[in-house]
Amino acid sequence: MKPAPFAYYQPDSIEETTSLLAEHGDDAKILAGGQSLIPMMNLRLAQPAALIDISKVPGIANAEVNGEIRIGTMSRQANVLDSPEIQGAAPLIPEALKWVGHAANRNRGTFGGSIAHADAAAELPAVLLALSGEVVAKSVSGERRIGADDFFESYLTTALSSDELLCEVLIPIPAPDTIWGFTEFARRHGDFALAGVAFTAQLSDGKISAAKIALLGVADRAIRAVNAENALNGQSIPDPATCREIGSLAAVELDPPFDQHGSSEYRKDLAATLVSRVIDQAFEERKIS
Amino acid sequence: MSTKPVEGLQAISVTVNGEDYTALAEPRMLLSDFLRHECGLTGTHVGCEQGVCGACTVRVDGAIVRSCLTFAISVAGSKIDTVEGMAKANELHPVQAAFQEEHGLQCGFCTPGFLLTVQDLLEKIPSPTDQEIREHLSGNVCRCTGYQGIMAAVRSAAQKMQT
Repeated sequence: MKPAPFAYYQPDSIEETTSLLAEHGDDAKILAGGQSLIPMMNLRLAQPAALIDISKVPGIANAEVNGEIRIGTMSRQANVLDSPEIQGAAPLIPEALKWVGHAANRNRGTFGGSIAHADAAAELPAVLLALSGEVVAKSVSGERRIGADDFFESYLTTALSSDELLCEVLIPIPAPDTIWGFTEFARRHGDFALAGVAFTAQLSDGKISAAKIALLGVADRAIRAVNAENALNGQSIPDPATCREIGSLAAVELDPPFDQHGSSEYRKDLAATLVSRVIDQAFEERKIS
Repeated sequence: MSTKPVEGLQAISVTVNGEDYTALAEPRMLLSDFLRHECGLTGTHVGCEQGVCGACTVRVDGAIVRSCLTFAISVAGSKIDTVEGMAKANELHPVQAAFQEEHGLQCGFCTPGFLLTVQDLLEKIPSPTDQEIREHLSGNVCRCTGYQGIMAAVRSAAQKMQT
């Protein structure tokens, strides 16, 4: 298993990168951490004619909190996971990152790469949905921001066009009264999840609002369970029975993919259980202060 | 570097276990193959070549990485540590000694990846809990030991390295 030959580029600016993308379009792939792309190239499922390695582009590997959370696309997942600033601003991010691959993958894998790759079972797309984040995409013709709800389109497919580079991920700092949680289930820690959920909500005067329930591993992309979110909004702190109802509601319209690791019905059932559990635990023990 | 493409054979230099190596390789050459075929360091084992088994784990500038999921050209100029660098002057590294004593290996195929991952763990967390050991080693597959010998070896190595 060896990758097919390719022309290798190592640009040292965003401008060079975007002009290479403009030139090569669909024939080019961006190489960030390579933890998803290189397996696909080793298996020759991906055979890009041009590989654009952005690891030497300056200024895109910082994770900082400055009015909002700004995570440069090349930020290694391990560095974001270990950042006290990010932990302080939005502990949901490091909690979810603990589930991303194994330690060796997180040392190379990048925050932006996982979001741009948009694997349906990946954690960070669900986190982006649950935290109402957006991405900054640049091309030779300019820059645009794309909100999480408009970004993920289908299997490994995003709103990015072939000449755009995902440069930065922007996430608003969650309000102090934000309740949050993350959980997933996989046969072995670090493997692709059979199902998972990222959850946030506001709790003011005992009433829930702005609930976000983002599911992974149960559709062609990370998706929000909007009906379940609406059912939770306006309620007081839910008892276990209510959590189970919300979980069932989140799963009822799912038609998850199946493989040797789990049937569609099993994943659906798992999603209901995980949503119920994460909401119950989030109100029980976790609160951003 | 520039917007000019790199194609065909390139001179790639890395420092492995403190020694400088330069060899010709195509951009598509994986770090695992570069170490084995160009540097002649066959201690790094190649199992699945798709990032699942962890046998090819090496350290790049101190961080454990899967060398089968890294192009050699991307880490040119880096400092790389492989299993060959662990023992000093015929004396096993404490992690290696613990694996030998606690039956942490049988066929030995997965062992290089485990050794470097455990070394990394014990540098970060000198007295890990069983849960921390299991999570850190979750990316390494062993088909012989049933993992219990490996768990015992990590606990033993942690003790050895503190005394």
